[in-house]
Amino acid sequence: MTDPGKFRYIGKHRRAVEHRRFVTGQGRYAADIQLPDVLHVAIVASPHAHARIRSIDASGALAMPGVHAVLTGEELCAHTDAMLPGVDAPQVKRFPLAHGVARYAGEWVAAVVADTRALAEDAAEAVIVEYEPIDHVVDPLAAMEPGAPQVHPLHGSNVIFRRVFNWGEVDEHFAQAPHKLSYRVHWARSATVPIETFAVSAWWNDATGILDVWASIQMPKYPDLLARALRLPGNAVRVHYDVDVGGSYGVKRGIKHSVLVGYLARKLGRPVRFIEDRLENMRGGDMQGPDRVFDVTLAFDGDGIVKSMRMRAVDDIGAYSGRAPLQLGKPVGAIVGPYRIASVEYDAVSVMTNKTPQEAVRGFGQSPTNYAIETGMDKVARFLGLDRVELRRRNLIGKDEFPYLIPSGTTYDSGDYATVLGKALDAASLEQIQRQRDELRKRGLLAGIGVSTCLEPSGGNSAFEPLFNPKNTTTTWMDSCLVRIDLSGSVTALMGTSTSGQAHETLVSTVVGEILQREPDGIRVLHADSLNALPSNSPVGSRMAIMLGGAAAGAAKKLRAKLLRIAAHNLGLPEEQLSYDGGDVVAKSDSQRRMSWDNLVEIAHRMFHKLPEGTEPGLQEKFVWEVPTGGKMPTEDGRVQMYPCHSFESHVVLVSIDPDTGKATFHRYVCGHDCGVMISPDVVHGMTYGGIAHGLGAAMMEKFVFSEEGQLLAGTFMDYLLPSALEVPAVTIVDHCTPSPLTEFGQKGSGEAGYLGSPAAIASAINDALAPVGASIDALPMTPQAIWNALRRASGGQRVSPAHSEIPEMEKA
Amino acid sequence: MAFSRLMNISINVNGVVRQAQVEPRTTLVDFLRDTLKLTGTHIGCEHGVCGACSVLLDGEPVRSCCMFAVQADGLSVTTVEGLAPERGRLSAIQDAFCEKHALQCGYCTPGMLVACHALVARHPRPDEAQIREAISGNLCRCTGYQQIVDAVQHATAQESSHD
Amino acid sequence: MKAAPFDYVRAEGLDHALELLHQHGYEAKLLAGGQSLVPMMAMRLARPALLVDIHRVSALQSLDVSDTAVVTGAVVRQRTLEDEVSLHAHIPLVAAALRWVGHGQTRNRGTVGGSLVHADPSAELPLAALVLDARLRLTSQDEGERSVAAGEFFLGPMFTDTRDTECLTAIEWPVWDARGTGCAFDEIAIRHGDFAIASAAAQVRVDASGVCRRAAFGLGGVDGVPRSFPELAQRLEGQRLDDDLLRDVAEDAAAACEPGSDLHATAEYRRHLAAVLAVRVLRRAAQSAQSSVRSV
Repeated sequence: MTDPGKFRYIGKHRRAVEHRRFVTGQGRYAADIQLPDVLHVAIVASPHAHARIRSIDASGALAMPGVHAVLTGEELCAHTDAMLPGVDAPQVKRFPLAHGVARYAGEWVAAVVADTRALAEDAAEAVIVEYEPIDHVVDPLAAMEPGAPQVHPLHGSNVIFRRVFNWGEVDEHFAQAPHKLSYRVHWARSATVPIETFAVSAWWNDATGILDVWASIQMPKYPDLLARALRLPGNAVRVHYDVDVGGSYGVKRGIKHSVLVGYLARKLGRPVRFIEDRLENMRGGDMQGPDRVFDVTLAFDGDGIVKSMRMRAVDDIGAYSGRAPLQLGKPVGAIVGPYRIASVEYDAVSVMTNKTPQEAVRGFGQSPTNYAIETGMDKVARFLGLDRVELRRRNLIGKDEFPYLIPSGTTYDSGDYATVLGKALDAASLEQIQRQRDELRKRGLLAGIGVSTCLEPSGGNSAFEPLFNPKNTTTTWMDSCLVRIDLSGSVTALMGTSTSGQAHETLVSTVVGEILQREPDGIRVLHADSLNALPSNSPVGSRMAIMLGGAAAGAAKKLRAKLLRIAAHNLGLPEEQLSYDGGDVVAKSDSQRRMSWDNLVEIAHRMFHKLPEGTEPGLQEKFVWEVPTGGKMPTEDGRVQMYPCHSFESHVVLVSIDPDTGKATFHRYVCGHDCGVMISPDVVHGMTYGGIAHGLGAAMMEKFVFSEEGQLLAGTFMDYLLPSALEVPAVTIVDHCTPSPLTEFGQKGSGEAGYLGSPAAIASAINDALAPVGASIDALPMTPQAIWNALRRASGGQRVSPAHSEIPEMEKA
Repeated sequence: MAFSRLMNISINVNGVVRQAQVEPRTTLVDFLRDTLKLTGTHIGCEHGVCGACSVLLDGEPVRSCCMFAVQADGLSVTTVEGLAPERGRLSAIQDAFCEKHALQCGYCTPGMLVACHALVARHPRPDEAQIREAISGNLCRCTGYQQIVDAVQHATAQESSHD
Repeated sequence: MKAAPFDYVRAEGLDHALELLHQHGYEAKLLAGGQSLVPMMAMRLARPALLVDIHRVSALQSLDVSDTAVVTGAVVRQRTLEDEVSLHAHIPLVAAALRWVGHGQTRNRGTVGGSLVHADPSAELPLAALVLDARLRLTSQDEGERSVAAGEFFLGPMFTDTRDTECLTAIEWPVWDARGTGCAFDEIAIRHGDFAIASAAAQVRVDASGVCRRAAFGLGGVDGVPRSFPELAQRLEGQRLDDDLLRDVAEDAAAACEPGSDLHATAEYRRHLAAVLAVRVLRRAAQSAQSSVRSV
């Protein structure tokens, strides 16, 4: 099972099933769903970062033609329940519309409903809101000071969560360590910013008592949370998962949009639709990502062995909390990266400010953490005069040490980090890019090589929920699949959650085809809706190859077993004497004694008299399963098995910087990647390329910039800059495979591939380029301005010219 | 606020003349999606940066969010739904996108395909630099562009047996 | 982001457009390519009551070439000029600038005149017009045609000398002798196609012995309007264009600018870039001029 070469369909090039509809414009995105007489919503948003709402006069808006309603927070909050944070902070209540107080500029204050979106926008301009501005705070460190303006006074503090974890003998290791090195890095507030904004339509039917919902959603427990907030029973909400989602990478958690629209649909008795426009999305869509200051100290010896780490991560989550604080928790499961660091003190601080709320972003906090760790490894190497690759090799967990238990309680399942790093260096090749770097330097440019070695935890176990909130004893993190073979012998599989580009239909049909030994292209995969779906926790945490793949395999195996049982019964032979061959069942001793797939299918569906006793008619099996290694609560001292499987990536990058302008250019980009057995290599590579582009954006140009007044300055695509095909370089991916012992085929997850290691590698390269002139940069994004500032600081304001490198040459071990 | 006059327009869309009455402020993309129900063209930003709304206007790629439908009166528009040579077949580029995995969520894909078709009409054998330049006005958050470049090179390296 | 309501008329000809402007004044706005105007209307930053569409007025689409000037109708599309390779030898600086203007898709609709009237301080065509000392022809129903030098046209960010009832009808781009002329355009932006953080344009002509006979250069994005430096350029005339001289002139030009700060760049950084880019374009223009002396 673990030898990739043994598979029929797994690991092979195969065209994604989904693509057929996307390339012809036949996708069905939330905004494409046609509903009769649908009404449209536009938002009235707060212009102030913090203000009391004195009054809302909607009379002018309501008088306009085509306007059906203007909803305010007062009404909405009286009839719905608050959305609560992922941590224990019941006073930090959140509703779709502000209630009495607006806590960030862009917060939704009123919703206008009209015949068309254009009319709704016209009417929104006519809504008159009287505000009384109050003191605001936008800096998270300032927000932690006593006397700072309180974002949620009833909570008693702007710190919504803080816990200091101590795993292992931190004090002792620090006392014994010959060297200690401290540094600070800033991970700027960026996000995945999908090209499709959040869109949701809802339609309430009085007769059936069902609220139908079509949304661009990627969110665990979305139907339940929606029903709860709307005070509906769970079986009154039907979320249609067959809506194509135009990218999410974590952020499409539009629960507030959905509560708003669901409420309006019930109130007005007509379908209601809200498609965020880009301005609403950027400012008030609540989809901004981690916004962190890391203060790290590493304790190490003269050989560069890093023994212990103290890390404080302060994360600015904005004015309200969804699951954002938990993004400090997930990295606990890979807090030492790929290294043998023996003890860790981790101080996780989640702070509220009067800014747009934070939401889950690809990696759920792991990429910023990797950036912080990798920055430290480079600094240790520089400090000791050691080559950065060699330094890593000395610290990497060795391939014979798996399964490897890290101080915070997570066991890494398998890996071979040194080999992946070596493959990436070979592919670059290191010698070639060193020569290139030297040539660039001779031309008067600054040039540097960056390297990163980063963990990519996968499998999605919500162990950070009970870790950060002892009142939340959730340990179930499951997924499912139902597979049917119909009367005609065609195979259909059902999955119970949404898809946003991960090619789940392709994944499931490949897996089911592999087990049943039937052509995957003939296997249809459908998305159930939330009323007829089996349990799922949605495609987060890089989990679907493992969990949905595992569930599909489980269901298919049950079907295969049933076919064998039917054949055994009808051939009069014990099952051990039969083999399953492409859907037929054949006697091992005599190939003439066989039963065909069609025959077996017919018996199962039509010939009850030929079924073994106690057999259900038909051919349909479900498989629901819990995440491997899951189901356990954390220990008292906060140790927990986070995700089950651990993919790994190593990036090697060559950059140059024009010292006169600070503008950087990428010359070579290689990513070594190991996610165990790849079910679909095309899909995995696609994710990796895309993740690298995301990481490049976060590293070089993306930032939600806020003014001192709490105004979002980067609120359009003219100011929030997404990399285009001219900013993202050509990338070479080299694969490695250390199968997971925990999964059906040895697969690990790869949904966060590339993103988790690229900002670290790019920062490593930029700093390697800056080092010869004594400059460094420890904040993202590394814009031309930021790089130029770093150069000026180093030169004391003088004009900078590149000196010869004094950094030891990188050597291959 | 003034209620503007509706205007009659006639636009050839994917080979068929479509007539309608629209408000002047209706953008071309909203006309295509809401009036004609051709939802293949997508909206990403409504301010002319992301390119998801790209269509061919008289054969050249334009941002349909940066035009009012009335401006296109009398002109011809080709959307993603009109790129295939006939029903049941794909253009060489559409096919190459599938072969090379040049898409994931599919949201930017219609605009991307429009840009690539226009490129290949001008430069039948584009090199990597030309491809990247041609799609530089189409943002994608899924693919990192690599497989899109590969797809166009794949489509144009082959003998044109597709269309 | 749907625009506020407005009325729309397609101008049947220039006279029709001018009549409408005469009637409606500032309530009417001319619509050509719309690549700047339509997004502003989508964001409700612009709310004209009437749009007068001149994109198809053939009188505004002319292209006339002579030894002294290329006259482009205001509504000539950027793409048309980009594709009209025969013009590139006449107005190479405009050809160089066009490569930096937006993306191919925006150049398919955007017009030469539209960019000039929009007058974004970091836009490329206004800078090229200023450096070349282009003349802009403006016409109104009441006052007929007048001609304004580019230097007097750009008055502030997004603000020009165009009167409410006027239509920019054509631009005269001066043509320099081909022999010995070289030019360069450069810009720094975070991404290709973005508004420039800073930009620079230069055109020089040298004689057979390499001495500069004529020079013009300018900077964009580093002030409220594009800036050109005729007096500084005069210091180059009669000289050999060696690096020290170019550097001096470039530094003086940068010092004369008053750049602003925004989320992408500080004033200090912009001023620094101004000097760097000015030297670069002067240097490249000089090199290109030297080659052209030899080759033509």
